[in-house]
This record gives sequence, C-alpha cells and structure tokens, in this order.
Amino acid sequence: MSDIIIYTVITLSALGAVAAVVLFFIAKKFKVYEDPRIDQVEEILPAANCGGCGFPGCRNFAEALVKSDDISDFNCPVGGNDTMNAVAKVLGKELEEKEPQIAVVRCNGTPEHRKRVTNYEGASSCVIAHNLYTGETDCPYGCLGEGDCVEACDFDAIYMDEKTGLPVIKDNCVACGACVEACPRDIIELRNRGKKERRIYVSCVNQDKGGVAKKACSVACIGCGKCVKECPFDAITMENNLAYIDYEKCKLCRKCAPVCPTGAILEDNFPPRKAKPKADPAKAKAATTAKAATQQQKPEAEKQNPEKQEKKDQDSENKTENNNNQNN
Amino acid sequence: MLKTFKIGGVHPEENKFSAGAAIEKLPLPETVSIPVAQHIGAPAKVLVKRKDEVKVGTVIAESGGFVSANIHSSVSGVVQKIDNVYDASGYRRQAVIIKVEGDEWEEQIDQSNDLKKDINLSQKEIIDKINAAGIVGLGGATFPTHVKLMVPEGKKAEMLLINGVECEPYLTADHRLMLEKKHEMMMGIRILMTALGVQKAAIGIENNKPDAIEELRKISVEYPGIDIVPLKVKYPQGGEKQLIKAVMNREVPSGKLPIEVGAVVQNVGTAFAVYEAVQKNKPLIERVVTVTGKSVKKPSNLMVRIGTPVENLIEAAGGLPEDTGKVVSGGPMMGKALNDLAAPVTKGTSGVLLFKDSEAHRIDYEACIRCGKCVTACPMGLEPYQLMNYATHDMWKESEADRIMDCIECGSCSFTCPSYRPLLDYIRLGKSNVSQIIRSRKQ
Repeated sequence: MSDIIIYTVITLSALGAVAAVVLFFIAKKFKVYEDPRIDQVEEILPAANCGGCGFPGCRNFAEALVKSDDISDFNCPVGGNDTMNAVAKVLGKELEEKEPQIAVVRCNGTPEHRKRVTNYEGASSCVIAHNLYTGETDCPYGCLGEGDCVEACDFDAIYMDEKTGLPVIKDNCVACGACVEACPRDIIELRNRGKKERRIYVSCVNQDKGGVAKKACSVACIGCGKCVKECPFDAITMENNLAYIDYEKCKLCRKCAPVCPTGAILEDNFPPRKAKPKADPAKAKAATTAKAATQQQKPEAEKQNPEKQEKKDQDSENKTENNNNQNN
Repeated sequence: MLKTFKIGGVHPEENKFSAGAAIEKLPLPETVSIPVAQHIGAPAKVLVKRKDEVKVGTVIAESGGFVSANIHSSVSGVVQKIDNVYDASGYRRQAVIIKVEGDEWEEQIDQSNDLKKDINLSQKEIIDKINAAGIVGLGGATFPTHVKLMVPEGKKAEMLLINGVECEPYLTADHRLMLEKKHEMMMGIRILMTALGVQKAAIGIENNKPDAIEELRKISVEYPGIDIVPLKVKYPQGGEKQLIKAVMNREVPSGKLPIEVGAVVQNVGTAFAVYEAVQKNKPLIERVVTVTGKSVKKPSNLMVRIGTPVENLIEAAGGLPEDTGKVVSGGPMMGKALNDLAAPVTKGTSGVLLFKDSEAHRIDYEACIRCGKCVTACPMGLEPYQLMNYATHDMWKESEADRIMDCIECGSCSFTCPSYRPLLDYIRLGKSNVSQIIRSRKQ
C-alpha cells in the first residue's frame, strides 16, 4: 500500500521537475519583453475606454505613449492635463499643457425659433431621418432631435431637453468626441472650455443664403458678415454663408454677439452685460440676454420694410397652412 | 393558373379609384420649377440663365455624364431664376424656374395626333434620339432609358419586357395609358425592339386590368412579336427581377442586371414617351400622374407638364380634402411623403396620393416576435428582421454577407410586420452604409 503512495509521489515530482525545466527554458526562449511602464501608464489612465484619444482603448493608448518619443500630440481628454502630466512624469517625456475641451451644440432651433412644418414618425434615429429628408423643420442643416448623440455618450453628459427638442451638454462632458461622430449633420463641435468656462460660438451650421436660412429659423446665421468686421482679433471667418469663430484666436471680448442681427452667436457662462461681473452667473441668463438682443432688433427690421414684411408673412402663413395638413 | 413570381410578395388593398377616369390635360400653371436632378445618375448641367426665353422642348440642362439625362423646358416663357426648391426627396435641389407665357413649341416637334407607323431609323439613331429627348424610366426608378438600351459587349438581349403591371395600389396612370394610347404604346414597343435588335416582346399586365388586357390582345395582331401576358395580382410584380421571373421564369443572379438573363425591362409609360420622341421629336416634357385618395372628390389621371406644382394637380382633382394627413408622391408602398405642396412634378412622379389623417400615421413599434412574416414576404428572399438588427448594431460586414444590397426597397417587410417595426428604414440605412463601404473598397 505504502509503495503505491511512494511511487506516485516520486513519479509526479519527477514529471513536475521535468516540466519545470522545460517550461523554464521555453519561457526564456520565447520571452516577450513588455515595457513595465505600459502597465504603469495604463494604471494612471482613466480606464474609460472611450476612444477619445483616437485609440481603441486605454491599453492601446498606453502602448502608443510608451513607444513614441514625442508625446506632445497625444491627449487623454477624459483625464485632462493632470493625467497627462502624471504620464509624462512616469515616462520622463515632455508635454505641453492642453486646453481642456467640451462639446458644444451648434444649433439653437427651438420650436419658437424654428417652426415645425412636418411630422416625422419614422424610426427614431437621426441618421435615418437625415437620409430621408430635411427633418421636421425647414432647416436642412439643423438638429433633428432624435437623440443619436445621447445614445453615443458613454459618460451621461448629454440629455435631450424636452422643451427645446435640442440636446444639452452637461459640465461633466469629457470631450471624447463620440457625439461628434454620431451626429449626421456635424452640429456638435469640440471647443476649448475657455477661461472660467466662458465660451462664445456661432450656434448655427446653416449654409443656406440669408433669406432662406432666416425663413427656416429665426436664429440662423444669415452670413451677413457683421461679426467678421467687428472682431478685432480676426478670429471669425465666413465660409458658405456661415460664420465660424476660431476658439484658438478668440479672446472672448464679446463684441461680435451684440452685432449679430439674428442672435446666432451664443455666450456661455458670461456675466450679464452692463452689470458687474459676478463669479458664476447662471447659463440661462446669458442665453436670455442674447435672445433679448434679437427681439429688440427684429421689430426694427420690420419697420424698415413694412410692405415686404407683410407679403412675407402672408406667404409664410399660406405655406404653414398647407404644411399643417401634411405630416410626414 | 396565372403566372407570377415565386417567392415573397404581398397583396395590399388595391383601391384603384381612378381606374375609370380618362386622362385629362392639366391647364398650364403660372410658373414651373424644373429640377435638374430628376433621374438616377449625375445631375444635368444648367444651360440657361436668368431672363432667357425658352419654348416648349428647349433643352435647359444637358446631361451631366453617361448615366444622366437632358432636361427640357416643359413650357414656353422666361427663365425667372435658378434656385433651390424642395423636390419629392425632401431636400432642396437646384431647379430652373420658368414663368409661363403662352404655349409656343419648338418647331421640329410634331404636335399632331396622327399615328406614324414606319420606322426607318437605325439602332444607333433611335438610341441617340431617345438620349436627346431625355427619356428616363417612367415607372418611378427614373433610370436613363438610353443607357438601358445599350447592351454591353458580350451580352445579348433576347426579349423586351414591358411593365404594364402597375402593382402599386391606388395608381392607374399606366392603366389609362394602355387603354387610351394603345397604338402609340405598341409603336413605342416596336421602336424599342428595333433599338435592341430583338424579335420578341411581352407586356406583363396584372389581372386586375381585364379591359387593358382585352384591348391590347385585340390590337396585338397588328404588331407581330408582341405578347400580352396576364399576371396574378401580387406586389411587387413591377420590380424588374420579379417581372422577369413571372414572365420568363428566369432568375437574375444576385448583384447582376437583367441583361444577364437576356431581358430588358421598360415601363409602358416609357414606351409611349419613346414613340413620341422618335416619331414626333417630342422630348419628355409631360407625363401621366394619378391624383387619388379615399376622400379625394374627383380621383383623376392627369397629363401634366414636368415642373407643375403638386398643388395644381390637387386643385384639379377637387381640392385638398380637409381631413388630409399626408400627401405622398408616388405609390403608397414606395412613395415619399411631400414636405411642401409647391414641390414640382418630376419625371418620376407617377402619382400624388392624399391620405386621410386617420390612415396617415405610423403605429408605435414593438419588439420583434420572430414570426418570420417579413422573411416570407420578401420577394428577394432576404431576412429583413436580421438586416434591421445588423443596422441597429452597425454590423455592416454581416449585412453585406446577407445580401443587403439585393433589397429592392419594396416595403413588403414593413407592410407585413405585425409589430409595425420600421424594417425598411433600417435596411435603407444599412444599404447606404454598405454601398459606401463597397465604393471605398473599389478605389
């Protein structure tokens, strides 16, 4: 009886010893050297695997960071400068500070500004609606409001405002760019967060001529070029009847917003005009000032051309009558 | 047993209210807006500018490539502007807007009603004439006809199939044309046969048009080589591949054109337009449009100049009913809802349907219950529920492997789904993505 146990133990130990020797040599022979720094870097990265850096996941990004000599072009939008500095410290490489960014919705076509002329009942997806037709409003460039961007967001940073029908980006946006990819109309853009979270941008992507754009949406950019002339820093460019404010050049002087005849330029987180700057005024207040500016200027325009305006009104009335009768 | 295609198909309510209404000429509108992209392929290039005077039949935009078609002025008058207008696709597209003044025709057009019987042109001359007249497939797909008639080298056309099926419910434009312009249409078929160099032709007509079948059978003795084939009523029999299967019992291989099995398919409307272009020098400037709907006062078939606003047609059919919920351009199965009633009639507009509000809305869709009805209904033998799942999960490779590009977008799957799922919406999305992938692979 005891013999069997002894033999078993000896055989198994011998087998184990042989296997250990073989494995030892194999391990030596086929060893893949992996930079230990990759693990260290991956440890620092936020492990969100969002793809905001341009790599499929945090591990791939860590590998790329360790391999490249110059990492100044790389950025982890989720971790921001803190994370990137920690990475640079581990790797002993140099890094430039990057401006933190946030996604911005460049459409302000709320139901008040943009009349709904048809009724979309198809599959609730912006891509499908975009392939099909202009959307529920007359603006072929504006937000369709089906929420593809909300679905794309991994960080719960976008929600649809039921009143306006537009997506709203929350402060916890990490600028990974998933919503930018998801939007079939390129409405969402990544912009620098700016000093004290203050931003100024053209909230419109309509490339139609002024008259057509204005007819479709009262807060559309009509391509008049007033803001371009006003800007002291050459930060605004006009292309295809659409103004664009370069956030790198913009010094947030806010001179462009009041000259915009339609109020298409929006200001985020600025203190109200003519009042003493406060620390952190509500976002809504800034928006309302912009709206008020539009409303003040609108009656003036009407006065200048009363006849024309009347005719236009009639036309649009006729049109809405027709359109009310047809739902898509 | 009547012939029909074998797999799939549905039979929606026919509702052919306007079948008894003779074709009427619609009075000229005040202005027309003629889009430059009325066909599949490259948009035509505008030749006229503001304040130019045009006559009926003047070329206002020339073909922009091999697969493209000329656009002619359908009225006489002055070019008001060249601007973007809503077309039936729901987007604003470039169009020439002409203010109508009088009704002056280009000199070479023969406006008489006499039947010209002798064809003494060569194949090439006929095709050139068709090309110059800007004729496209009038069944709705608007594929340029001259391209279809040029048989690629190594292939041989054996038979010309004429689509008189009109499988879409409600529409009766082709039906009326077959009754009222039967001799012209038959001559058009003869011309098409000469252009293709074939001896045989067959007109497929669904059994719900017994009068057309009878009339054409009577006169077909005068036109040797043209067969009349009655078909069982089934949607989408008007699809090229389905019609070939039904009449010739041949199957077009996946991803191939009908010429692969020796067939060329043309619509009856196209045959009529070909007759007018070749024998009367008249370019494609008007077409028959059915205006109908359950509460339309006077369902009609109208001969309409291209570019006429849709609202004029509705006016002629007794005005817009108060309970209208949706206006569709085309048939109820494949047509598109119109954004704006000022949208112009184009070469592809076969009908204008006015749906009541009560029948215009979609029902909220529910989960797939795996009943397989869409699979049974698909005339191309695809699995629509699976293709929709792929599209919702961005699985384009799998979609391509499951032959998503074979889909003819007939809508039988969405029509038959008991959960009201928007199958076709997602399949279209898949098709557009897969075709992009295929195109990028070729480059």
